[in-house]
Amino acid sequence: MPFTLAWTSLRRHGTRTLLAMLGVAVAAAMLLDMVMMSTGMRESFRKLLLSRGFQIRLAPKGTLPFDTDATIENTSGIIRVLRQNPDLTTISAVLGGTIHIPRGDRVIASSALGLDPRVQGDYELLSGRDPLAPDEIAGNADFIKATGARVGDTLTVASGYDPQTREYSGARKLVLTGQVRFLYGAARQRAAAMRLATLQQMSPDKADDASLFMIRVREGVDVDSAYRSIKGKVFTVNVISTEFALDQVDERLRYFRQLAVILGSVSLFVGFLLVTTLVTVSVNERIGEIAVMRALGVSRAHVVQQIVLEGVAISLVGAFAGLLLGLVTGRYLNGILKSFPGLPEAIDFFLFQPRSAWTALGLLALSGIAAGVYPSFRAASLPIATTLREEAIA
Amino acid sequence: MTSTESTRRAATRDLPDRPAVVEARGLTRDYAFGKEVVHALCGVTFDVPAGDYVAIVGPSGCGKSTLLNLLGAIDRPTRGSVVIDGTDVARMADREATSFRLHNIGFVFQRFYLMPTLSARENVELPMAEAGMSKADRQERARELLNYVGLAHRERHRPSELSGGEQQRVAIARALSNGPAILLADEPTGELDARTGAEIIALFGQLNRDGTTLIVVTHDEELASAARRKIHMRDGLIVDG
Repeated sequence: MPFTLAWTSLRRHGTRTLLAMLGVAVAAAMLLDMVMMSTGMRESFRKLLLSRGFQIRLAPKGTLPFDTDATIENTSGIIRVLRQNPDLTTISAVLGGTIHIPRGDRVIASSALGLDPRVQGDYELLSGRDPLAPDEIAGNADFIKATGARVGDTLTVASGYDPQTREYSGARKLVLTGQVRFLYGAARQRAAAMRLATLQQMSPDKADDASLFMIRVREGVDVDSAYRSIKGKVFTVNVISTEFALDQVDERLRYFRQLAVILGSVSLFVGFLLVTTLVTVSVNERIGEIAVMRALGVSRAHVVQQIVLEGVAISLVGAFAGLLLGLVTGRYLNGILKSFPGLPEAIDFFLFQPRSAWTALGLLALSGIAAGVYPSFRAASLPIATTLREEAIA
Repeated sequence: MTSTESTRRAATRDLPDRPAVVEARGLTRDYAFGKEVVHALCGVTFDVPAGDYVAIVGPSGCGKSTLLNLLGAIDRPTRGSVVIDGTDVARMADREATSFRLHNIGFVFQRFYLMPTLSARENVELPMAEAGMSKADRQERARELLNYVGLAHRERHRPSELSGGEQQRVAIARALSNGPAILLADEPTGELDARTGAEIIALFGQLNRDGTTLIVVTHDEELASAARRKIHMRDGLIVDG
């Protein structure tokens, strides 16, 4: 009977109940978005770091990968040292730089990565083929669009350009072999890939430099021991494990998470207040009925149960609607934040994880129970005779 | 006049061989309003034998409803005892009193107090559901009771779709649902017109003839006259009965 009474009580003021559920849905959507945001960025970044199976990265001393323009010198020497360790299956050096492509009366500037195209640690091929030969280049959609080139076209590519004298340095003719997508590229960032040696040759001051090393460890080998081994042999670099990188990301995203926790808590509290207010108002309106139920022999426990059920029902229905709303708004906001300058486009700010949804649902269910506790105990503790007398007078 | 002096023991005139189903002894009920204490009942003693039909009458504020609340175990006396069907309910803990009311006492109120969101049948089922009766059994009994009060055809109607007299009949059916030892009614005709009130009075008469012990608090002379005996109260005391 408590279920029937709770259900009919909610239906009695259908519009009010619906509005309360919508209010909870908005709070739940915000809570879910905040839970997704607080955990999603880290998880998304972890997935991105491990997407190509590289567990260790080497960056210039004191920096993070592509954090600055600093480079690692003596790349060939470092590779020789690393190859002595049989546990390191893939060692991919990457050099970052800027290239300039004259097209008609315009000069297109673009980021460029010199890398080992056979490894594809930084990009995935969408069409065409990898730039395997020394005079080949592959570009992303923004690069191809800006240059207006098509696969098979030959481009003049320079590593330096002086706009005052309109002179190019390190210019080479490169053939566009395909369209690629850079895993760590920012939105609307023009970028191209070529062999490491090609970019090094175009940049005389970086003839044996790299911006980053990406290293895969043999399957079954402890990554930590490989990490320690590298640290003990190569002293001129910053050795970065995935966990270390994630810690760094955590550190940099700390403000986002704090914001998410605060806004999530506020949403939860607003939802709680909304349900408490509605259930309290509903109980106040039915105080005579509740006193009669108690007079008829309905136990306090069943009165509490009925009222808590009302709170939980509003919270749960609102929460489920809020999950859908949260997913839609999360997706929309994710689209906006992904275009944030300088951040990899592949990073998701609002990553849906079942755990996030369960966490949000669990918190809302608990808040629904808590919201019903005060009005239900108030109702169950009514002095029956006094309440009936006051109701009769009223 | 002291409370002891004023206490009258009601005689059981026409049911002398029946055991008392209600035994009230020295019932006193005081209410504190700030520093002022109001004596609502000043030592009331009386018995009601099983099968009796008692009307408690008297002016407003004389303690009729307070007495009914004590008999129904929804309030506790300041002093004295109330034994219903052999059980002293005056000192029961809330949980015991709730269970006792559920199984032994039927209430009928002036304003009916049906659950507005439930149908007539569901309202009658409510105490039976609380008592743990199976759905099939309680539905069958609710139909029997609605038939008894002449509302078999209205079982699916909500209170808002029933007249005042019909609502009171449903409330009476609800009060009878768990087979109570006594049925307590507080101004059961107070909200009804004369014709509908007469129907309820007739129904109470029928109930009593069928063996239900009734105690009604009323200002309605017709209802009081229909009872086997009247207890007159004034200033928290029984003055006649």
